[in-house]
Amino acid sequence: MDASVALLLAQDGITNGAIYALLSLALVLVFAVTRVIYIPQGEFVAYGALSMAAINAGFLPPTMWLVVTLGIAVAIVDSVAAMREGAKARLPLIIVKNALLPVLAVIVVRLLPLRDLAYPLQVLIALAFVVPLGPQIYRLAFQPVAEASVLLLLIVAVAVHFVMVGMGLYFFGAEGARIPPFTDGGVTLGPAYVQYQTIWIVGIAALLIAGLALFFEHSIYGKALRATAINRTGARLMGISADLAGKLCFTLSALVGAFSGILIAPITTIYYDTGFLVGLKGFVGAIIGGLVSYPLAAAGAVLVGLLESYSSFYASAYKEVIVFTLIIPVLLYQSLTTKHIDDEEDH
Amino acid sequence: MAALLTSNRVLIAFLLGLAILPLFAAQFTVTIVNYIGLYALVALGLVLLTGIGGLTSFGQAAFVGLGAYATAYLTTRHGMSPWGTLIVGMVITTAVSLALGFITLRLSGHFLPLGTIAWGISLYFIFGNVQALGGHGGIDGIPPVDLFGLELGSSRAFFYVIWITLLAAIITTQNMLDSREGRAMRCLRAMTMTEAMGINTLRYRMVLFMLAAQFACVSGWLYAHLQRFVNPTPFSLGQGIEYLFMAVLGGASAVWGAVFGATAVSFLKEWLQDWLPKLLGATGNFEMMVFGLLTIVVLHRARDGLWPILLRAFAIVAPQRRQMKEVEPALPLPRRDAPVPGSEVLRVIDVTKRFGGLVANNKMNLTVRAGEVMALIGPNGAGKSTLFNCISGVNPATEGEIRFMGKRIDQLGSREIAKLGMSRSFQHVRLNQDMTVLENAAIGAHLRGRKNFVQSAWRLDREEERRLLWEAAHQLQRCGLGEHLFDTCGSLPLGKQRIVEIARALCSDPTLLLLDEPAAGLRHLEKRALAELLAKLRGEGMAILLVEHDMDFVMGLADRVLVMEFGEYLAEGLPQEIQTNPKVLEAYLGGVDE
Repeated sequence: MDASVALLLAQDGITNGAIYALLSLALVLVFAVTRVIYIPQGEFVAYGALSMAAINAGFLPPTMWLVVTLGIAVAIVDSVAAMREGAKARLPLIIVKNALLPVLAVIVVRLLPLRDLAYPLQVLIALAFVVPLGPQIYRLAFQPVAEASVLLLLIVAVAVHFVMVGMGLYFFGAEGARIPPFTDGGVTLGPAYVQYQTIWIVGIAALLIAGLALFFEHSIYGKALRATAINRTGARLMGISADLAGKLCFTLSALVGAFSGILIAPITTIYYDTGFLVGLKGFVGAIIGGLVSYPLAAAGAVLVGLLESYSSFYASAYKEVIVFTLIIPVLLYQSLTTKHIDDEEDH
Repeated sequence: MAALLTSNRVLIAFLLGLAILPLFAAQFTVTIVNYIGLYALVALGLVLLTGIGGLTSFGQAAFVGLGAYATAYLTTRHGMSPWGTLIVGMVITTAVSLALGFITLRLSGHFLPLGTIAWGISLYFIFGNVQALGGHGGIDGIPPVDLFGLELGSSRAFFYVIWITLLAAIITTQNMLDSREGRAMRCLRAMTMTEAMGINTLRYRMVLFMLAAQFACVSGWLYAHLQRFVNPTPFSLGQGIEYLFMAVLGGASAVWGAVFGATAVSFLKEWLQDWLPKLLGATGNFEMMVFGLLTIVVLHRARDGLWPILLRAFAIVAPQRRQMKEVEPALPLPRRDAPVPGSEVLRVIDVTKRFGGLVANNKMNLTVRAGEVMALIGPNGAGKSTLFNCISGVNPATEGEIRFMGKRIDQLGSREIAKLGMSRSFQHVRLNQDMTVLENAAIGAHLRGRKNFVQSAWRLDREEERRLLWEAAHQLQRCGLGEHLFDTCGSLPLGKQRIVEIARALCSDPTLLLLDEPAAGLRHLEKRALAELLAKLRGEGMAILLVEHDMDFVMGLADRVLVMEFGEYLAEGLPQEIQTNPKVLEAYLGGVDE
């Protein structure tokens, strides 16, 4: 391997690593707040990328009827809950917010000349029809069992993953897609030629991470999420709704996932089932952070990206094996240093 | 409901049906029932792991692959006998499962499934890329199994091998669960309690994971010799998750749930693979979408899976794990040497417990002697339960020294302390609500038995088992719960559940008994009976340390009383002295001169 190849691989590794870092942050967030090990996180990457590809080609967002259907389902479930509590006054808002809004969005998007819209607007539309799936899935699949064990939540997460992959195949077909880069071309930086898209990815990832940090540090919702992560019961006693916290972090994770997909799709072909492995690599990063530390998770994710990139050069058939083997020393270290495991019953 | 079907009749009909099925059924049916048997064996392992142990694995398909590839490679390339390769496969499986268990099972419960995802993906890629294993093309020409000169080449003949193996696995699993080791496994989720009863929870989690992996490995071996060909496809992570869906849909809490889950998923899959592509106008693995949705609905609505619902729907009397209506008399268990009455059993010296900046116990001192009831009282939040947890090793002290029977124990875990002869009850009842009162009490006698899970699987533990249950029944009778032996703990009122905890502690033949609010929730007569029991135990030389809020109960029973407030020593003395101590009155009543 000469220096130019090494630089190219490093660039590749850092680009993918930035995406894994974003995903690992979302995973840590979801786990900390809801205890859900969010296997379907990767599906949002595929959904985001493939929706953007469809819109960019002038098609309607493929997931729009899914958003409408789940919206109606959420409206029904929420309405039933509100009726039980005798809070009829909340019904109009529940129906408008969950069921009518998606229908309205579908009507609007059908009137738009999608192919001719500016790129950023296309991105916004793609996000608008993927991100709502996050809170909808939380409401329908996770909220009813929010107090169950981590194990049960994990099995639900895996089930959701399969449902989403199946739907992905139905909506997007088996063929992969790429989207045009944000900016064509690249620039020579010292010894390396760097694509503009790479700069976009790393830059936006850094901005998003900084944005999330600001959100957690300074906004009331961010503080509420942190409080819930530290102590669910305590946060609830302080008037922070666990359901709201759950929906909020599922929204954030859907946003991060879908946007990651749009970022990466110009340089990698994305298929309906690509998300799973991408998400799992985010997990490897998150596990390096012990599923609790954000900076360690992000650093771990970049490490995963680099390792993947270099092992694809040396032993490409085994690159997945090598990446996933990385968790062994991490788990070994953690298990030798952990003294006390919490009793699930005590929580 | 005219005639209730009994589980035995249904079982006999099922077995007869199975026995004659290969004689007349179509090849297609034999094939699918063969596969159901193979799947059910893997799902049975997951029932053990998920339903019993509260753990799970997504990588079982990789263990199936391990068993299949071990025999495929060794029989075709090295000419080994299939029986030899079965052993090799199981040895490798043991090594892998113990290694995976070693690195993940000390951590919180979700690291095992995450680890098995990585393992499942990695092994799949290795199968597909190692040339010696045939790459993605796989290995063909695997010889049939030869049993005493009888070549089991046809799938009709192999049907019996598969189902006899599965039934043997089910029977031995049921035997194992109905034993000392099985009771420990069924209580693994309540780790603090289980460790305090002297049970090594890590060991049992390892055993469960290893057994589940072995079942999968054997299923893989059977698969390879049924199919006579292997390639990586059936050992993917996706298949591993399908096994989990079988266990969850069927019902992870019952061994027959595995068989039902495997059957339901297999037939449903056949049907969905015909219909879904037509319905959706596209081809692909859409059936997994349906299994995913079904799993979510089942976990929301019926966490125990569909098997119990099926039993109810057909009014079948649920197969009882224990239909025993009385306990067989047996020889009493050997007892440990009692200390000399009046000799010091426990000494706590300057024990401090900090939680971060909060000092929950500050330089506490106390002693308990054999044949004495020492009561620890104080307002809520005084740190009494914290001190209990320090003494019993549940949550060790930050500083100070604790001696039990002359041995220093402040650095020992609760399991080691239990072995030395200390046993306790918990402030918040920690019983397995689904097990019977008798089984729960028998958990306490765990350390007084020796037989392991292999012996119990093959019923080589019955003599010891009778003695353990006899001891449990005896202690329960002493505690006045003789008529509830076969009730599930969940059906008892909370007060009686506390008494079960005491009986469980007594089953360990303790020198020192720690009781955390034993009288809470008891009615007047029950309290009096409890006081009489404790007085009797004291008369037999037992040392008792108890935390209690009921002052009548404490003052009537205790020999000495120690009062705590805000984590500190406030007073100590005879009950009468404490009752008139102005400092104590102030602590409880907010000052005497107001």
